[in-house]
Amino acid sequence: MNIVLPELSLVVLIGVSGSGKSTLARRHFKPTEVLSSDVCRGWVSDDDNNQAVTSDAFDVLHFLARKRLKIGRLTVVDATNVQPESRKPLVEIAREFHCLPVAIVLDLPERLAHERNRNRSDRAFGPHVIRKQSSELHQSLKRLAREGFRHVYLLRTPEQVESAVITRTPLWNNRKDDHGPFDLIGDVHGCFDELVELLALLGYAPSADDGIWRHPAGRKLVFVGDLVDRGPKVPEVLRLVMDAVKAGVALCVPGNHDDKLKRKLMGRNVNVAHGLAESLSQLEAYERLEPGFNQRVTDFLDALVSHYVLDDGKLVVAHAGMKESMQGRGSGAVREFALYGETTGETDEFGLPVRFDWASEYRGSATVVYGHTPVPEPEWLNRTINIDTGCVFGGSLTALRYPEREFVSVRAKQTYAESKRRFLEEGQAAPVLSAQQQQDDVLDLSDVTGKRLLETRWLGRVTIREENGVAALEVMSRFAINPKWLIYLPPTMSPSGTSQQPGLLEHPAEAFAYFRHEGVPRVVCEEKHMGSRAVVIVCRDEAAALRRFGVADEGIGVCYTRTGRHFFEDRATADALLSEVHQAVTRAGFWEEFRTDWICLDCELMPWSAKAQGLIQGQYAPVAAAAGSMLSLAVGSLKSATARGLEVGDLLARTEHRASLVGDYVAAYRRYCWPVDGIDGLKLAPFHLLATEGKVHTDQTNDWHMQTLSRLAGGLVMATPFRVVDVTQPESEADAVRWWEELTGQGGEGMVVKPQTFVAKGKRGLIQPAVKCRGREYLRIIYGPEYTVDENLVRLRSRGLHSKRSLALREFALGLEALDRFVRREPLRRVHECVFGVLALESEPVDPRL
Amino acid sequence: MLLTLTTTHRPATDLGFVLRKNPARAQSFNLNFGKAHVFYPEATEERCTMALLVEVDPVGLVRTRRGPSGEGGLLDQYVNDRPYAASSFLSVALADVFGTALTGQCLEKPKLGELAIPLRVELPALPCRGGDEFLRKLFEPLGYRVEAVRLPLDEASPEWGDSSYHRVVLEATLPVHQLLSHLYVLIPVLDNDKHYWVGDDEVSKLLRRGEGWLTAHPEREAIARRYLKHQRGLVSDALRQLIVDGEPDPDEAAEVQAAEEANVERGLSLNEQRLGTVLAALKGVGATSVLDLGCGEGRLLRQLYKDRQFKRIVGIDVSHRVLEMAADRLHYDRFSDAQKERLKILQGSLMYRDARLEGFDAAAVVEVIEHLDPPRLAAFERSVFEFARPGTVVVTTPNREYNVRWETLPAGRFRHRDHRFEWSRDEFQAWSRRVSERFGYTVRFLPVGPEDAEVGAPTQMGIFERRVA
Repeated sequence: MNIVLPELSLVVLIGVSGSGKSTLARRHFKPTEVLSSDVCRGWVSDDDNNQAVTSDAFDVLHFLARKRLKIGRLTVVDATNVQPESRKPLVEIAREFHCLPVAIVLDLPERLAHERNRNRSDRAFGPHVIRKQSSELHQSLKRLAREGFRHVYLLRTPEQVESAVITRTPLWNNRKDDHGPFDLIGDVHGCFDELVELLALLGYAPSADDGIWRHPAGRKLVFVGDLVDRGPKVPEVLRLVMDAVKAGVALCVPGNHDDKLKRKLMGRNVNVAHGLAESLSQLEAYERLEPGFNQRVTDFLDALVSHYVLDDGKLVVAHAGMKESMQGRGSGAVREFALYGETTGETDEFGLPVRFDWASEYRGSATVVYGHTPVPEPEWLNRTINIDTGCVFGGSLTALRYPEREFVSVRAKQTYAESKRRFLEEGQAAPVLSAQQQQDDVLDLSDVTGKRLLETRWLGRVTIREENGVAALEVMSRFAINPKWLIYLPPTMSPSGTSQQPGLLEHPAEAFAYFRHEGVPRVVCEEKHMGSRAVVIVCRDEAAALRRFGVADEGIGVCYTRTGRHFFEDRATADALLSEVHQAVTRAGFWEEFRTDWICLDCELMPWSAKAQGLIQGQYAPVAAAAGSMLSLAVGSLKSATARGLEVGDLLARTEHRASLVGDYVAAYRRYCWPVDGIDGLKLAPFHLLATEGKVHTDQTNDWHMQTLSRLAGGLVMATPFRVVDVTQPESEADAVRWWEELTGQGGEGMVVKPQTFVAKGKRGLIQPAVKCRGREYLRIIYGPEYTVDENLVRLRSRGLHSKRSLALREFALGLEALDRFVRREPLRRVHECVFGVLALESEPVDPRL
Repeated sequence: MLLTLTTTHRPATDLGFVLRKNPARAQSFNLNFGKAHVFYPEATEERCTMALLVEVDPVGLVRTRRGPSGEGGLLDQYVNDRPYAASSFLSVALADVFGTALTGQCLEKPKLGELAIPLRVELPALPCRGGDEFLRKLFEPLGYRVEAVRLPLDEASPEWGDSSYHRVVLEATLPVHQLLSHLYVLIPVLDNDKHYWVGDDEVSKLLRRGEGWLTAHPEREAIARRYLKHQRGLVSDALRQLIVDGEPDPDEAAEVQAAEEANVERGLSLNEQRLGTVLAALKGVGATSVLDLGCGEGRLLRQLYKDRQFKRIVGIDVSHRVLEMAADRLHYDRFSDAQKERLKILQGSLMYRDARLEGFDAAAVVEVIEHLDPPRLAAFERSVFEFARPGTVVVTTPNREYNVRWETLPAGRFRHRDHRFEWSRDEFQAWSRRVSERFGYTVRFLPVGPEDAEVGAPTQMGIFERRVA
């Protein structure tokens, strides 16, 4: 006997003890696919035959069955299952996960079971048990279909059991191997003329030989259903689609109208309304021209599959949508959902939209394309898209090109039917925020808390630990800017390897060596400014801010810190700075050049004292004040002691040296402090042109970024000196080292060394996007005034960079991922989880001096 | 760090005998955090000065991370005042180098140890957390003449003002060992920090070094509190041993003081009235399941918990630290499972939609909204009124108009540093009406605290009730 199993089914073996269920299961299924009640008894009680734990053992079995079916694994239940009450929960579980329950019944002669049980030492029950089970089994046989088993296979002889063959078949909706490309067409409703126009626009043409519409590049049509009713040329539409489907160049899922027409044609009693009458009369006329057409239509509609899963599971098509837990499954509920969508009430008692509609709750990774409810414009929401633009109601017929995700549509030639619910008000103002933006007003806590695994393009999976999220939640909630602005957070930056040169802790040689060893021939050296990291987003105008970021009344942009806070406490200063940047961007012609309404820049904002005033006055200056007073009295006292002839020469020399180091330290921090009034005195040095509309500029080299951004210089925006260095050319390196010595000799912070390409991969994957080499004097404010004393330096050289570098990579990958997702117009939660991740990672303990 | 000690007692060089350090040579001593050097810049018949120069190893300080200030504190930083400013390191050096002198023993000239002689101490960088007023309060009762010059933060930037360091000269006539004891105890008290973990033996150190003077010192409570680094348990241990019968318990007094200081709204227990009114509102609507959104340290939670009307109580706050304090105060760890089921404390944020908050009769949002940035109020409104959607929402917030009645509050300032706004009655009511309109609630308002004819009550309350269709 050939037993055909849908690839996702719950297989229930039914048979008395000793009927050979376990043997059958072992022969045809993987051990992990079989859930045996006896094994569960063993897990619970160490005894496979312990009848006292039956209830707990079945709890375990049902629990495991649920877990497996949830993720779509075929599952076999190996238990006697001869009583209806033992089968009932299994059918319910199968329904819960929208998979088919299949029964395989072993109804073998009773004596066989008696024999087998006698030969088994562990089965200590009498023959009456088998007799009872056997009678229960026979009573059950007739009822199985009614209980909900879609297929029942009956094996009556040992020979049948022996020769049974089990084949697994994919579900009809599984077209994962079909990669398209596709053109998905919204609800046609008999609008044949518009359909033909749209197909032509998409590049399809009827073939000369068979008249079937085909695309020269082999693209495929996918109809989201509701081909019929209301419109003028229902039979023509059906014929075109049926021919294309038959020829294998189109797919079609059924709509509720199609389903109702089918039932009518099959002679069922349905209410002829909502345009069904038009379909019927048109079909009647058509039938006269082409006898047998109605039967063909009936067969076609009857064979339609509720929904399709295409392109490796990345694309799902269903008439009224499909929630994640139902995708690729088959059950009455799935079909119902595909035809009608969520059937709960549309609004609550206050006229508010019910929030539990599937699209706004959708968290799946597959794109879902659907129709069913006419909308003025197709609009993305959580990777779902409704492409029914109400052609039959005078709207338009829309196609979605996949994977391009472009829309192509044609206007309706006329209004063929009146919509009960007006969806196109004359002169109706477009909503201020898109559906996605409205939903993005409130993010969901469950999208950021707990242990999170984030998939990134550049580094694969990045893990965010729960405890780090706890800290980030507070910062994000209490201090961060509006999350709609927060599309990026910058990564931390590691210093170069530690230098062994006398008197130095860092030197460019180590940075160059790092990149050379990773196989990077050219690096870009940029002067490092000592200020505070700032991310600046500027839009062309407030309307663009509203349109693209969904932010209203918050100006034309934002300037925020590396932890996502407003850089300036007062709005006026921020606005003034943004207006300067806006002017610079306009002057440079970036809006046109990048065809964008917004720009996101990674910058350093100076002076340091503008943001770090608290740190300077609370820590840096006080240390200098205390040190100055104490060391000058110490030097005085030691000089007096020397004059008295005491042997304190060494101590005096050392103390005088310390005093001079403190002087250097004061000079070091003072260099980064200057007074600022409003934006007077501020300097902004952009170094990454992170993103513009449709593009994250990771494909450009770092020197491109510097060159491009230098065009913004003027006013408070400054260009940063940089140079490209060939780390395989000693002269080139030596030049750069001299430059670094010059910069740091004048008290500069030092320089940042980056691989020439924005994202660089080395021997073991992603490598540091930037490494800093800080100057000897600058480092006094990091390692303390006296760090250059030999005995201090020796110890400071032992510092581990590993965790800092690992952190920098993870933050880098997450930051870029956030931008990528924003640019791809993904829901805000998908952007936010990455940004939140960067903030969470920042709470990992890493040496703050690095 | 540096300390000099000068005497004009004749012969002044007797200082060498008292300190047991020979003025004729310089000496060095190893300490576990660096090195101490003792030398005499002057040593004549008329005047003798001893200098104690302590070199603290700045790298060792951070790398070995001693002490309670280790994680995240100043000792975590290489840019650190510890090598320069007088601190507990100096006390330890004093005790190590002048151990015998501290006991008052003087072997060579036994009487000299207890002899009151004119002494002058100079400390070039003494941190005075609490200002020079506190410095004087500490030393003047002990008979010192105090001269203190505050050090500017940075001469190049006079607009930054002064640092908390002083160059200090103390003069008194008293036995050297007493002076050393005073310095030993009072330097860390002024610094208000310790470089080592304050343990139980710290109490006996304080009592030993404070013998004979601490009991009578008018600032003894502050001294004990700061010396023991605010370890409340230790402080009360120590104070109990210092207290004369019949005096009030200073620990209790300190607690009351702290509560008072923390609140501009003193003079009337506004907070009590506020919580009382919130409780009344929640009971009034017959709520049995309640959310305390922004529960803080759990004052309202404790009141809710006491009332058996409330069968399910959930406190939410965004700050993990504050939640730990709330759990502490409720003794949550001692709750039975049933109690934990009845009252839960969870980290959450009103900026996010949170499914755990759905299905409650009522929510209290007490003094929370003014901590939200105005642009983010929209997210709060939706997460509470649209998604959590309790039957009743009780919101309280300061009434800005009343601020003119707080004597201690400068005009134009908010009541709390973290307040992002404070609303007038009109502003609050307009917001409340808009929110109730949008989300299908009705709202009524109640004043909390004494109502002023002109400016209203200090706190305003809105009681939102979900409309029934």
